[in-house]
Amino acid sequence: MTTQALETRTRLRIPPVAAIVAGAVLLLLVAAAFLPGWFTPLDPLATDTKASELPPGPGHPFGTDRLGRDIYARVVHGASISLSFGFTATVVAVVTGTVIGLASGLAPRWVDNVVQRLLEILLALPELLIALVIIAMLGAGTVNLVIAITIAAVPVYARIVRAGTLQVRQAAFVEAAVALGQRRGAIVVRRILPNVIGPLLVLATIGVGTAIIAGSGLSFLGLGPASPTPEWGLMLSDGRGSLATAWWVAVFPGLAITATVISTTVLGRWLQARFEGREA
Amino acid sequence: MRYLPRLVGALVVLWGAATLAFLVLKLVPGDPVAIMLGAQTQASDAVKARIREDLGLDRPPFEQYFGYLGRILLLDFGTSYRLQRPVSDVIGAQLPSTLALTGAAIVLALLIALVIAITARGRVSRAVASVLELLVISSPGFWTGLLLLTLFSFQLHWFPVSGGQGLAALVLPAITLALPIAGLLSQLLRHGLDSANAQPFVTSVLARGLGPVQLLARHTLRHAALPATTFAAYIVGALLGGAVIVEQLFGRPGIGRVALEAITNRDLPVVMALVFLAAAVFVVINLIVDALYPLLDPRLRSAR
Repeated sequence: MTTQALETRTRLRIPPVAAIVAGAVLLLLVAAAFLPGWFTPLDPLATDTKASELPPGPGHPFGTDRLGRDIYARVVHGASISLSFGFTATVVAVVTGTVIGLASGLAPRWVDNVVQRLLEILLALPELLIALVIIAMLGAGTVNLVIAITIAAVPVYARIVRAGTLQVRQAAFVEAAVALGQRRGAIVVRRILPNVIGPLLVLATIGVGTAIIAGSGLSFLGLGPASPTPEWGLMLSDGRGSLATAWWVAVFPGLAITATVISTTVLGRWLQARFEGREA
Repeated sequence: MRYLPRLVGALVVLWGAATLAFLVLKLVPGDPVAIMLGAQTQASDAVKARIREDLGLDRPPFEQYFGYLGRILLLDFGTSYRLQRPVSDVIGAQLPSTLALTGAAIVLALLIALVIAITARGRVSRAVASVLELLVISSPGFWTGLLLLTLFSFQLHWFPVSGGQGLAALVLPAITLALPIAGLLSQLLRHGLDSANAQPFVTSVLARGLGPVQLLARHTLRHAALPATTFAAYIVGALLGGAVIVEQLFGRPGIGRVALEAITNRDLPVVMALVFLAAAVFVVINLIVDALYPLLDPRLRSAR
């Protein structure tokens, strides 16, 4: 979602309970990503023809797919893939966006103008569309998928950092630092960056969810990891053949994606409300 | 001539997109002739050289570049590597199906958003509306589509499972594509209505004796439409990106399918034609939105 979308959003008051639940869901996911063995002893890749398409029940809480693989185990092991898409893309995009935003905000006016026009165009397009275009140029594959969703996420962060940089560039404390003879780099890191870090953190939290949706969407289209990788989007794509006989194949991986995205959005909006409250 | 700078800006964007498309076609590794002929080709070097000449690949890069720009003006995007047919034919044949899908989706999304924005005015209904909006915006389209398919096609047998024939086959894909956009539009409209209702003109309108329906239709809804209009380009982008997923999911023919096949097969002329067309749609939408603003908001007519 773009920053504009966030700014014009109806401000939904996030009850603290919702923020706690969202945080708990994300903690569980991180735990599942690092220690999948804690959650399930089963192998996400082990097939069992005798256990094909078993409905959810004891032993298989989310049921099994056509090849008899345990869907719960696959969802648990898929957490590390989706989270690594989301976090890698977001961290790299935040760093790149910060550098571009700072440089653009401190550069001569005409450079800033050119960069802003470019960012405006990219910001007006959904991340999935940008990522698709990049995949079209780079070719399919897991690494290219991460590159694509990273590039698609950069403009949001570049814009917010640039706006923050322009705001504080003229501030008295920055002028004071210049007058005291501090080096340019030190001023940027110590005076300007801390002032843009709050909104950046909010956007990055929500950005993890957006990147996960884009990543699983590309995987669903077969442009990322290949079967039998337990990636959530890919699992849904693989499960299309079972819809007539096994609804659970279509439900649980999607539920995992949606729960993750809702959690990052709720947590992000809650953070946003907190940061705004402090500034007011 | 307020629009002149915007028009120039639009042309610059299109020129940039065409240049990018050309650069990608030239710089991406891989010999186009080899891709066209496939891996197990028996073609001799002489044949390859002739194809190369036919495509103009033996000319200097600058000549190729201006040739490419000139042909794009005539909507000639070259020949598909895979299908051996003109790219404009490939795209043109699939266009109606995608237009039907995206058109139905946007109408549906607007209707849903309007109904929610107008009816959800109480405290409880607002909370329900915001939770629903969060839910549909956060659900990936390929998941809602699968759920709709499972329920309405496989369990209830109301709609066909796949294909692009007839109205019944359009229902589920259009709903799938419409839901996240309806969520976004509904958020924007509700927010817009709230801020319009908080303005002093509302009191004066009611004092003039107009009812709540007239107030909504003539005044507040126009205010609320402004922020939603700003998102027009984003929404069209979401429709195009969503069409790729929805068409794949429901086995519908269309531009999205063409795009996906071209991406998977590295059919670059098709891919780049689609990128250019997406840029053209983006530019046109923004020009239309710019022209619409003063119609929606009379205050902008005298501004600047």
